[in-house]
Amino acid sequence: MMRLPPFTYLAPLSVGEAVRMMADHGPEAMFVAGGTDLYPNMKRRQFEPKVLVGLRGIRELVGVRGEATTGLVIGAGTTLTDVSEHPAVREHVPALAVAAGLVSTPPLRNMGTIGGNVCVDPRCNYYNQSYQWRRAIGFCMKKDGDICLVAPGSSRCWAVSSTDTAPVLWSLGARARLVGVGGERVVPVASLFKDDGIDYLAKARDEVLTEILLPPVDGLRCAYLKLRRRGSFDFPVLGVAVALSLDGGRVKTAKIVLGAVASQPREAVEAGALLVGERLTPALIAEVAGVAARPSKPLDNTDLTHPYRKKMTKVFVARALRRLAGLPDSPENEEEVA
Amino acid sequence: MPTKTILTLRVNGETHEVAVPVHKTLLEVLREDLGLIGTKHGCELGECGTCTVLVDGQPVLSCLALPVELGGREILTVEGMAPPGQLHPLQQAFAELGAAQCGYCTPGILLTSLALLADKREPTRDEIRQALSGNICRCTGYTKILEAVELAALRMSGTPSPSPLPQGGRG
Amino acid sequence: MSTEEFSVIGKPLAKVDAWEKVVGAARYADDFFLPRMAYAKIRRSDHPHALIKRVDTTRAQALPGVYAVVTGRDFPAVKFGILPVSQDEEALCTDKVRMVGDPIAAVAAVDEETAEKAADLIDVEYEVLPPIMSVEEALAQDKVRIHEYGDGPNIHKAVAFEFGDVEEGFRQADLVREDVFFYQGNTHLPMEQHAAVAQWSPDGKLTLWSSTQTPHYVHRALAKTLQMPPAWIRVIAAPVGGGFGGKTDPFSHEIVVARLAQLTGRPVKIGLTREEVFYCHRGRHPVLMWIKTGVTKNGEILAMHCRSYVDGGAYGSYGVASLLYTGALQTVTYKVPRYKFEGVRAFTNKPPCGPKRGHGTPQPRYALECHLDKVAEQLRLDPAEMRRRIAVDEYTKTANHLTITTCGLRECIDRVVEASGWREKHRKLPYGKGVGFACSSYLTGAGLPIYWNDMPHSGAIVKVDRGGGVAILCGATEIGQGSDSVLTYVVAEQLGIDPKDIRVATADSDLTPVDLGSYSSRVTLMAGHAAAQAAERIRTLLHEAVAKKLEVAPAELVSRGGRVFVKDDPERGVSFAEAAVLGETMHGTLACTGSYTPPKRAGKFKGSGVGPSPCYSYTACVAEVSVDPDTGEVKVDRVWIAHDVGRALNPLLVEGQVEGSVYMGLGEALMEEQVFREGLHKIPSMLEYKSPTTLETPEIYTILVETVDPEGPFGAKEAGQGPLLPVPPAVANAVHDAVGARIDEVPISPEKVARALELKKQGKPARVGPERLPVFKFPEPVKVASAFGEAADPSVKRKTQG
Ligand SMILES: Cc1cc2nc3c(=O)[nH]c(=O)nc-3n(C[C@H](O)[C@H](O)[C@H](O)COP(=O)(O)OP(=O)(O)OC[C@H]3O[C@@H](n4cnc5c(N)ncnc54)[C@H](O)[C@@H]3O)c2cc1C
Ligand code: SF4
Ligand code: FES
Ligand code: FES
Repeated sequence: MMRLPPFTYLAPLSVGEAVRMMADHGPEAMFVAGGTDLYPNMKRRQFEPKVLVGLRGIRELVGVRGEATTGLVIGAGTTLTDVSEHPAVREHVPALAVAAGLVSTPPLRNMGTIGGNVCVDPRCNYYNQSYQWRRAIGFCMKKDGDICLVAPGSSRCWAVSSTDTAPVLWSLGARARLVGVGGERVVPVASLFKDDGIDYLAKARDEVLTEILLPPVDGLRCAYLKLRRRGSFDFPVLGVAVALSLDGGRVKTAKIVLGAVASQPREAVEAGALLVGERLTPALIAEVAGVAARPSKPLDNTDLTHPYRKKMTKVFVARALRRLAGLPDSPENEEEVA
Repeated sequence: MPTKTILTLRVNGETHEVAVPVHKTLLEVLREDLGLIGTKHGCELGECGTCTVLVDGQPVLSCLALPVELGGREILTVEGMAPPGQLHPLQQAFAELGAAQCGYCTPGILLTSLALLADKREPTRDEIRQALSGNICRCTGYTKILEAVELAALRMSGTPSPSPLPQGGRG
Repeated sequence: MSTEEFSVIGKPLAKVDAWEKVVGAARYADDFFLPRMAYAKIRRSDHPHALIKRVDTTRAQALPGVYAVVTGRDFPAVKFGILPVSQDEEALCTDKVRMVGDPIAAVAAVDEETAEKAADLIDVEYEVLPPIMSVEEALAQDKVRIHEYGDGPNIHKAVAFEFGDVEEGFRQADLVREDVFFYQGNTHLPMEQHAAVAQWSPDGKLTLWSSTQTPHYVHRALAKTLQMPPAWIRVIAAPVGGGFGGKTDPFSHEIVVARLAQLTGRPVKIGLTREEVFYCHRGRHPVLMWIKTGVTKNGEILAMHCRSYVDGGAYGSYGVASLLYTGALQTVTYKVPRYKFEGVRAFTNKPPCGPKRGHGTPQPRYALECHLDKVAEQLRLDPAEMRRRIAVDEYTKTANHLTITTCGLRECIDRVVEASGWREKHRKLPYGKGVGFACSSYLTGAGLPIYWNDMPHSGAIVKVDRGGGVAILCGATEIGQGSDSVLTYVVAEQLGIDPKDIRVATADSDLTPVDLGSYSSRVTLMAGHAAAQAAERIRTLLHEAVAKKLEVAPAELVSRGGRVFVKDDPERGVSFAEAAVLGETMHGTLACTGSYTPPKRAGKFKGSGVGPSPCYSYTACVAEVSVDPDTGEVKVDRVWIAHDVGRALNPLLVEGQVEGSVYMGLGEALMEEQVFREGLHKIPSMLEYKSPTTLETPEIYTILVETVDPEGPFGAKEAGQGPLLPVPPAVANAVHDAVGARIDEVPISPEKVARALELKKQGKPARVGPERLPVFKFPEPVKVASAFGEAADPSVKRKTQG
């Protein structure tokens, strides 16, 4: 049986208390929400915190508030099940409901939170392995070792950002509220991440992610597509989030964000820009998809081969855009539908 | 040995006091401290669904749940699905239709199905597939499991059930 | 098929062990918690191939809570292994490790955490050797050796047979076609991780509870490795939480806990982690295959030549048998008048492969069925019709001297063709949708035992209580397939009683007669016969006693509905309980034994021992798929499968076996693969080793075909393995029908399909699969005259039982 290493568990009842506890215990401590990411990692000794500050008992972190027209606010402690089933989320930001509903499995979604999902530890199949396995291969710099096994010459870690919701939140232009000992701040989700497999969050250790603020959604269309082997359980090995607003048939704003192709969600800025002011024609979509796939630089450390994931980036971006344009998934079927 | 904490847990409608280290998971406490061996495990990492139990009626993975976080919540294991000596209609249907082969995935699947039927009285086959998509079974190919959930749903909704036999198949 | 003549046989009853399983009361090996029990952990190798220079256990010994630490030196210097010809495993490796995960030392401690900590504190010094990670490397490498035995430097076994002159057949053929295929290795992945508990009693006796499919072989291995009298060892198979062949070998951890229990005087338990289960493995061998057939323009096979290059992993396991199985059953489905087979099994530094559901035959089945699909395409024949035409005839012999009794293959083909709408779909569905066809056959129990002996393969005792209760004692092992139920049904039918009046005690070496184990689809047939015979003997005793009381001849009596009565005058009779009292009064304690030994039908040549079986099951399958041409993703929409099971003793259980086999076949076809990187298993987890969920598992339409085989109890043949075989090739052939791509290797992953379609766009053949074969000189073939078309021995007669 895989077992957790020993730790002390603290159960604050407010964000303030949680932040203080975290500050008190320094680098020995970690936050835990649903534990669905952290506990398996701890069982594999990828993390060995001496103190866990549990966020489960903090009421203020749970729930979806506000109106879609003025901007929904999602508490970081809301479970993925609740996010995916929330009527306003489903109606106004369906891509978010889809992404949350595609995380792993139903029981896991009953436990895992959206806050934990945004903060999910980047993954790598040289690293998400037992202590004994990692010892056998010689450990890597993300834990217990000093080299990268995927890119041996590299001085950094290329573990893969594997969150489903973050690319969607980024594409929607959502912001995150962070509360720490130093006070409170609201930052775009887009600036919450760093391009590093180890130090992947642009947030202080003692900062709690308390809520996610969605912008007012007005005529926004969004989609999320996830590539993985099975219809459940599996992490994304490619995620494509697209959010568009249209104005009289022409694209007003567009954001395409790729998940699971780098250590952080990656916005295909150039591709998004190509769309602005244009009509969503099959030809434009094909062109944009090609451009969008450029920043996709997967390495060989997840399921499915990296050349395939790169190739699928183009297919998935095209597909997401085609869906938003009301076109059939594949250009091959174009005539049949038309 | 790490220090132990005394916890009060509600399991199958009964209150239990256990003295356990906080880092013991619900799975371990159920099996090793409460003797409720009906909860099984296939990975202990959230990757198979075998260890599923209900907390306040919702399926959760007991291998990733800490008892310290579950004070005051109602935990249900397979042992508590029906009053002692009796069978829940799901258990009855699973036995009748051969939905339990080796039986190892069965407790988790029964409990997940129980939660589903509490939510939807007559789920469609697709809804059952979705609900059970977090429980791997290596024996049955799921077919008999889906049929058993349907049969139990039918019986629970009071509709007189025709025969306990699955449709199709035998020609 | 009428089952009216029976009261129990053929009825869709609940499994007898279902009740304890649905309430969570069944006690699997890991559910044993004994007083003062210690927990064990094994320290395993970090290297795929290395010499062990030093093992220092000082730090582990010193850890508080540790009761004992053992290394290989703490065991008698004896090796073990399932086959007498490959005794190459050690309880703990002493001088050399051959794979990452090989056991080196073990700890017993107060709890599992302490045991794990102590195991990590053991210091192992290695001298690293170059690892050999593929069959190609193994065949090419002659300096570095994994084992010191075998048919060559890293060759475990090389074989060659020729039955009739294949070259002559090729010369006569209208079409000769060659293809190369690769079947990737995959594993059983039972939901239950192996566990074992050992208890040592002060008088020097040992009891072991284990999740094993073969307690009898574990018993023998313990006696051998611990050098103990077998009489002092008791092995009990706990209910097994899934086996599929993965719990069919004796394992190091079973021996280790026994030794630790002896040393500590405490019960000792070990529960393997999922990763360790991947190291136990014994799963599907990766096999590279070449197949050549010569056919007439109607698709009739004139000659077939197959070659297998088998990647065995680090140990022998069942490997010699697995290797032979990659050739032996190629002749049992279709008429093959001339047949040549060459095969080699190499050692590599990976977990040992062994018997997974279908043992050695899904790989060549994939090759043959995909190959035939190409043949049919080339000859412009309907693949289903062509197969129907070339299906074997019943009561004949194959080229390689196997005896076929009943064969329901043509009916299976007709039934799936009908049910699936094959004729309306094949080559007629829109682009992206397709149907594929494949057939197969499988043995119902191996005709020869694993270790040479002339004793029965299965034994049973049936005992009748004065109150009318009946107990069956049998060594057969319940692994979820329903063996306890089958024993119950057979005895209930023979004695004319309610299955509920029967209790079964199985798989306990102290109490139950030997049954060789739950492998090779042997239990229903062999243990079923043994139990039926024991029950029949009891019935004879009862009828004798009742006849005396009723003053009729015993032959006038029947047992049915819980009574023993005069056939022509049903009013005259006694209850079964009364019969029991009369019987015990007349004969003394009522207990009879029964046993079963399969017919000796192996051909008279060396290597003929693998393949013979009392009878063979037959299957035909149609898979319907959708292929996404942009992503290469394959979704199986529906599977129709017809299986000739001889007679379904319980149709519900047979369907369950068929559905489970289809599921496992789909996993192998689409996503499961045991892959390695830098000497390590790449994905030893439930998450990354992909097993289909409810969402990937299609609707499965099962059709049971009954041929009532004279060799089976009540006519039954196997159902637990055969139906897996046609599934992967049916999917591959469907993918071809859908998008025109040939994926000549499993798993049929999306990237392979996408690659094939890209090749097609570039105007190249839309095929992904192996391009070349390793250089290897097979031995001169053993030449034996083909027995093709000969009538089955006169001892095999069509007769119905009841
Ligand atoms: C088998 C399996 C499959 C999975 N599949 C997917 C998948 O498909 N897609 C996917 O996106 N994820 C997947 N996950 C990962 C994970 O379960 C989910 O991302 C989940 O949402 C994490 O939420 P949690 O509340 O359980 O996080 P936790 O495990 O509690 O925390 C994760 C990390 O976030 C930090 N954290 C959590 N909440 C906060 C907060 N409010 N403020 C600051 N820091 C915080 C923790 O300190 C920790 O470092 C999978 C996990 C498993 C075990
Ligand atoms: S990317 Fe490199 S450093 Fe990062 S986890 Fe993987 S192997 Fe380790
Ligand atoms: S044991 Fe596998 S999910 Fe909990
Ligand atoms: S019945 Fe064996 S795993 Fe489901």
